[in-house]
Amino acid sequence: MAENGANGTNGQGYVGTRTIRPDGVDKVTGRARFGADFNLPGQLIGRVLRSPHPHARIVSIDTSKAEALPGVKAVVTRDDFADQPSEFIPAGEMMMNYKDVVRNVIAREKALYEGHAVAAVAATTTAVARRAVKLIDVQYEVLPHVIDVVEAMRPDAPVLHDDLFTIGVEPKPDKPSNIAKRVEITLGDVDAGFKKADVIVEREFKTAPVHQGYIEPHAALASVSEDGSAELWCCTQGHFIVRAHCARLLGMDIAKVRVTASEIGGGFGGKTVVYLEPLAIALSRKAKRPVKMVMSREEVFKASGPTSGATVRVKMGATKDGKFVAGFAELKYQAGAFQGSPVQPGVMCAYAPYDIENVKVIGYDVVSNRPKVAAYRAPGAPISEFAVESVVDEIAKKLGLDPIDLRMMNAAREGTKAAYGPKFGPLGLEETLNSIKKTEHWNTPLRKWQGRGVASGFWFNIGGETCASLTINEDGTVSLVAGTPDIGGLRASLTNVAADELGIPYDKVRPIIGDTGSLGFTFLTGGSRSAFSGSMAIVEAAKQIKAELCARACKLWEAKPDQVEFKDGHVRPLGALAEKVKPMSIADFAKIAGKTGGPIGGYGRINAQGAGPSLGTHLVDLEVDPETGRVTILRYTVAQDAGKALHPAYVEGQFQGGAVQGIGWALNEEYIYGADGKLQNAGFLDYRMPVASDVPMIDAILVEVANPKHPYGVRGVGETPIVPPLGAIANAMEQATGIRFTELPMSPPKVLKALKEHGVA
Amino acid sequence: MPRVVLVGNLAQLTGGVAEFHLSATSVQQLFQQLAELHPAIEPHLKEGVAVAIDGQIYQDTLFQPIAADSEVFLLPQIAGGTGTLNESRPGQRGGR
Repeated sequence: MAENGANGTNGQGYVGTRTIRPDGVDKVTGRARFGADFNLPGQLIGRVLRSPHPHARIVSIDTSKAEALPGVKAVVTRDDFADQPSEFIPAGEMMMNYKDVVRNVIAREKALYEGHAVAAVAATTTAVARRAVKLIDVQYEVLPHVIDVVEAMRPDAPVLHDDLFTIGVEPKPDKPSNIAKRVEITLGDVDAGFKKADVIVEREFKTAPVHQGYIEPHAALASVSEDGSAELWCCTQGHFIVRAHCARLLGMDIAKVRVTASEIGGGFGGKTVVYLEPLAIALSRKAKRPVKMVMSREEVFKASGPTSGATVRVKMGATKDGKFVAGFAELKYQAGAFQGSPVQPGVMCAYAPYDIENVKVIGYDVVSNRPKVAAYRAPGAPISEFAVESVVDEIAKKLGLDPIDLRMMNAAREGTKAAYGPKFGPLGLEETLNSIKKTEHWNTPLRKWQGRGVASGFWFNIGGETCASLTINEDGTVSLVAGTPDIGGLRASLTNVAADELGIPYDKVRPIIGDTGSLGFTFLTGGSRSAFSGSMAIVEAAKQIKAELCARACKLWEAKPDQVEFKDGHVRPLGALAEKVKPMSIADFAKIAGKTGGPIGGYGRINAQGAGPSLGTHLVDLEVDPETGRVTILRYTVAQDAGKALHPAYVEGQFQGGAVQGIGWALNEEYIYGADGKLQNAGFLDYRMPVASDVPMIDAILVEVANPKHPYGVRGVGETPIVPPLGAIANAMEQATGIRFTELPMSPPKVLKALKEHGVA
Repeated sequence: MPRVVLVGNLAQLTGGVAEFHLSATSVQQLFQQLAELHPAIEPHLKEGVAVAIDGQIYQDTLFQPIAADSEVFLLPQIAGGTGTLNESRPGQRGGR
């Protein structure tokens, strides 16, 4: 049996084309159902009582008045959730501990941040639920709080967890602290490296916590049957993960929890954990009715994970001809109320774009009285790489070198030893730098108060457990089922692959995201894995179908396996057999499926390996208004290595979306706390995210350095584009103003203050 | 024999020894041999570490072959985002 298919050699050649998105019509007509669009007959409305204090011991919770209110059907508190042992598990793109997860879902001994869930009610109407929440009497013993990461590390800081002892230090501490972990990577001898340096730059940077800012708030609808089985509809990046967490926290068999992922209005890492979902199931189980819960925007800000704010110190050395000889960094990342910041990937990514012999990076994971951080696009990497990219730019200026040439000279390439150990395979950083340098953008003149910045970025990418199925329907059309929610074009990308592999028209494949009962365990959409690993699962499923069709043809034609091949959507007879029988299409086999062995389908069940890193380079022009401090982005170009773009429009969309989020992170977004430890800007009016009118059209340059471990050469693309903007914008600000900005966001008040201090306003 | 290097904090569990030459021909054998030499590292290997074999990072692949001349790095565990995810089925991992 001969077989074609992988590498796009078969079929219609849809891979790499801009096919129409299968979910497009429903999204533009409003038919698509997001989390809050699901409803069931007889459903109740759930509401959460949240802590008004950033740090308080919970002395008592009296729910009797709430439960007595007519219309209230259930109230849950910490007493409805069994405690969990200390056990680390991956949660999206970071680690979490079930002991902490259960406490984050609903506070036990202490409330650890303003907005921490303390109790939840289910009632017949929203109004009754709101009244009931107010009737719950919680007695708190208010404790001193700490918000800032550096203050939280001080020996005299209020300690959040009495059982948190720093790991990764010797000798082992005998007192608890807010420093959960110290991590370190070392390559070569950094002290010896600095001795070889002709120029050394050392700077300290500070970044603010920023929220993922997805437009759709968290929402969940749970229905628990009298037999104890549960159905859940929610907006999530991973419904199999939600199923696992809920089953664990509620003491249920996994098989008894069925989760359906809604369409998702953005996640960016923030919907890889559970908040409302276990509460909704617990309330439904108690009330014996469906329970729907939707967060307000204020709740999203106060009680769902932003990413870390951080303090970073970077020291780099280079020879006078521009060769980097040493890189040191110390990272202090906020984890929020529970340990588990993305400091480890921050440590590993800091110098990953470059070939440096001597590197040492130290990181600290620090808890404070803020909501627990969640993953956010390339978790941890934008922070550390912002600091390094700023210093790289400063070295270029000190040496009088072109910043792109300097990066090119030191770029990691195939065979470069990463600071975290292994040698890289094929990489596309040089190609992105070359692409940027060739743009008309790079050579356009600038005016006064305008600046141009460039920065590069790295992210590892991952694979992981993935299932996908292809089923041939009775008419020869194909049903595609994937297990990862479609956030950035998964359905179109996988359909391109399926159509090519099976040699059938794109519009004959209908993709859906299956619920947890329809496929085997599939890890979530995150880490830039879903198109990478999903397409590998589709290739595997198609391979099974092609083998089955060839086998059936052999039986029909009484032929041997080497007398048939699958090509262009048909099983074709070879040699002398071709004179006797005609090729059969997939539709031909579908018509006689019952008579030839039954339904035909393929099921890809893989643990995808071989994810290739993606590197990118960004170029930005901006203008500073010296009277107001306002920064306007004038022009922006992204060049990034996609390996192979399965669907170029979606890949470009990832580049553009990441750049816009990075612009917000660099210029305006921040959590602002008062002295009382309460968040002061929990809404989009005061938490300033970029809107369409804030940004220009972002040019996207697709670089394709094939990943040899993927049948089409694919690399994940969703994480990397948020990494370079912070550094690129800071570098452009330096050119525009002559001031090196080291603290994010570079918001108008800060810019104006700096201009005045430096006498340039 | 493959050269095995422990990256980051893992060497704290082996008395500071960061480099080994072991006869392992698979990830599973590598973990067994390391655990026999340094029992303190066993829980961490079970919790999960990423294994880079000749530059390629693998996750959750006990049966991945290791060649006699391979260079192997054991990397700190990071869920999801790094190719160093080690246990993607919540609820299976052991305690600290």
